[in-house]
Amino acid sequence: MDSSRAHVVLDDADIGRAIRRIAHEIVEKSRGSQSLILLGIPTRGVALAHRIAAAISSIEGTEVPVGSLDITLYRDDLRLRPARALVPTMIPPGGIDDKTVILVDDVLYSGRSVRAALDALNDVGRPAAVQLAVLVDRGHRQLPIRPDYVGKNLPTSLVEQVRVEVAEVDGADQVTILGEGR
Amino acid sequence: MSRVLRGVRPYGEDAVDIVIADGVIAELAPAGTGVGDVIDADGLVALPGFVDLHTHLREPGREDAETVLSGSQAAALGGFTCVHAMANTNPVADTAGVVEQVWRLGQVAGLVDVRPVGAVTVGLGGERMAEIGAMAHSAAEVRVFSDDGKCVHDAVLMRRALEYVKAFDGVVAQHAQEPRLTEDAQMNEGELSGRLGLVGWPSVAEEAIIARDVLLAEHVGSWLHVCHVSTAGSVEVIRWAKARGVQVTAEVTPHHLILTEDLVTSYDPIYKVNPPLRTAADVHALREALADGTIDAIATDHAPHPHEDKDCEWAAAAMGMLGLETAFSIAMATMVEPGLLTWRELAQRMSVRPARIGRVRTQGHDLVVGAVANIAVVDPSAVRVISATDLASRSRNTPYDGMELPGRVVHTVFAGTPTVLDGALV
Amino acid sequence: MKHLLSAADLSRDDAILVLDTAAELAAVTDRSVKKLPTLRGRTVVNLFFEDSTRTRISFEVAAKRLSADVINFAAKGSSVSKGESLKDTALTLEAMGADAVVIRHGSSGAPHRLATAGWIGGSVVNAGDGTHEHPTQALLDAFTMRRHLRDGAGDLDGLHVAIVGDILHSRVARSNVLLLRTLGAHVTLVAPPTLMPYGVESWPCDVSFDIDQVLPGVDAVMMLRVQAERMHAAYFPSTLEYSRLYGLDARRMGLLPAHAIVMHPGPMNRGMEISADVADSSRAVMVEQVANGVSVRMAVLYLLLGGMKEEI
Repeated sequence: MDSSRAHVVLDDADIGRAIRRIAHEIVEKSRGSQSLILLGIPTRGVALAHRIAAAISSIEGTEVPVGSLDITLYRDDLRLRPARALVPTMIPPGGIDDKTVILVDDVLYSGRSVRAALDALNDVGRPAAVQLAVLVDRGHRQLPIRPDYVGKNLPTSLVEQVRVEVAEVDGADQVTILGEGR
Repeated sequence: MSRVLRGVRPYGEDAVDIVIADGVIAELAPAGTGVGDVIDADGLVALPGFVDLHTHLREPGREDAETVLSGSQAAALGGFTCVHAMANTNPVADTAGVVEQVWRLGQVAGLVDVRPVGAVTVGLGGERMAEIGAMAHSAAEVRVFSDDGKCVHDAVLMRRALEYVKAFDGVVAQHAQEPRLTEDAQMNEGELSGRLGLVGWPSVAEEAIIARDVLLAEHVGSWLHVCHVSTAGSVEVIRWAKARGVQVTAEVTPHHLILTEDLVTSYDPIYKVNPPLRTAADVHALREALADGTIDAIATDHAPHPHEDKDCEWAAAAMGMLGLETAFSIAMATMVEPGLLTWRELAQRMSVRPARIGRVRTQGHDLVVGAVANIAVVDPSAVRVISATDLASRSRNTPYDGMELPGRVVHTVFAGTPTVLDGALV
Repeated sequence: MKHLLSAADLSRDDAILVLDTAAELAAVTDRSVKKLPTLRGRTVVNLFFEDSTRTRISFEVAAKRLSADVINFAAKGSSVSKGESLKDTALTLEAMGADAVVIRHGSSGAPHRLATAGWIGGSVVNAGDGTHEHPTQALLDAFTMRRHLRDGAGDLDGLHVAIVGDILHSRVARSNVLLLRTLGAHVTLVAPPTLMPYGVESWPCDVSFDIDQVLPGVDAVMMLRVQAERMHAAYFPSTLEYSRLYGLDARRMGLLPAHAIVMHPGPMNRGMEISADVADSSRAVMVEQVANGVSVRMAVLYLLLGGMKEEI
């Protein structure tokens, strides 16, 4: 990738603020609910889910269970790319039945990943409700899916790429846009 | 009417005009001076027409794979003027009637001398001796007897056959394969067969029979010919027997001079043949033996099979590969180019010796005045890409499809008449 | 990778990817909805020229858990037994749109031929060919060993495995020698000399004729089925002598280190190569091998079919 065309749209401070805001919104919206579960979509969604859980814990003093949900086997674009290695799905003890599951992903784009995640969730159990939290919503939805919690709305063109980096995976926190004409 | 092979180099030596009249070589004239219909052979090499001791023509019985005519055409294109048609037809060539039929079909085709080989035992069954005398005294005048495809494994029967053919100067050509050691055998037994999970065909199964047979031949004072020698151990046994004075001759196929067992790794049955492809060490020993005369002749073991018998899984496939149209190129690549044989020596291995072994009086003559004009004219500088679909044989099972091979047969003259001119049947 | 024909096709990384994928897929088997949509619309044909209900069912379950359509094409009672060739069968399957053919054949190399002769375009999985290979069996064996002896992760570096029995006729042994070696394990083959393949000394493993000497040093012992009919072909004099010299009974199991496991690819000849008390003991992992077979075969089908078709 040509990093000279990349420009940073969120730095680590911005990301920290976005996560705290999402945590506040979740607490507000699910007031009184003791049955939240955060499920991150690998890879970066899992890291974000843990951070949101930590933020909720510092606000409310309660521990929100965090898990991960691998969607690879549910994707609708499997035949467009080489077979991918699987990553663990970890559902917190007690399962998801009758819980409010908040899916966490880094970028919301076409909505296809979320669709796959909803299918995957369906095979794991029957939650009372499913909500969606994303760090960046870049638009261009191809499915009727909308986020419940958004860190940052980022209008982009189709030729641009949004790249989310988190310290747990990439060594630093930042969101960049890679310009057109790679 | 006379014909002139203009500017040809006998045995690759100085250019002459070979003048052919009345079926014989009438004159060896200085180049450019011969009188008659000119066949341009400028700079090409003339050799006595090749004699194949081991050809499967498949007729009668498997005319879908080859006929006497199509096999004769393939032979002529390969520079051959004589082929020995093996007995494992259907019905088996174990009576005077069958060998005469094959012989007559050869006469009708008129492209090469077709010399039928008679079966040693009835139906190749290995139990009762066939009517060897009747075949010898038939119009086909059979001199070579073989159960090829099967081994005459019964020691008593082999002894009797060796003795019996003495009455008419015949020879038993043994397919040396101990049957119990090669039950269901699929390829050379070695590290590779173990790895590929294919039942092994151990070299000892060939060598043990050859050892027994040379001792039998010595004991009864008979003459033994060994078909398609394929192992270094067999070479040692034959070398030992010859040194001892045993009357034994031997042949090697072109494919055993060049191909090795590692081709089986592809599981492509085009490489399935009996005896199987062996190791590089065996190939080396066979070349040496052919060079030093331990092995007397190159014989093709031309074995046509219809496509469906090769387009299948390995175990179900038929054994054998085509040879007539590629034999010269393989011989040149493996023996002449590396300097193991001169052209004169190659003529011994592909014409003179096999004609003697087969007792064919009109074949295997040196290129001298008065010799029957059986001549192969070859271009050693040519390079050709083998294409299975271009072969004259009715079958396509050549292992050399797509390979680039040196040398080309340009003209073939059979008993004074051209059968092939410029690489095409006349 | 388009086909799985031989354990030799798998590099160390490939093999570990299969085992890791199988581990993830095994988790699916533990939940109430055991089905995944991954191979929906893909067709997997089980082409079995030899009877093997166990292997066929294992592949069938694996394919169905991934939502593939499964066609079972058994040689018995089909046109194959009426003389239809492997090629014609293959062309038929191709016309039906098979995305993968899982083939069991009595002739070594038949899967290789199916994959390379140009008869079909789909993936070919070798489910056992003649006396050649059975790569998914080796994968499930490696998976089982990794679970018990390596905490279910990484390779099998440093493990010592004995494979005992009819090595000569065993496709399981060939695939296991190759795969275990790739994964860093050390293999010792144990059998009477008549049941060792010619040239075995050049294989990447040790060879022994004395099981009692080998057992104290192994982490796993794999007993192979020995058919009593071999006795008639003079491979050994009697079943009694075979089981006395090479069978795994309670006394011999006592020679194993405490952590070592006992494996068998099945079907077992109780009383021949393995005694009933050993087969039923807590060290025997045969039932688990069967379960792991499904996970490993799911992983193989997913990795071969889950991605895009290979570009030509």
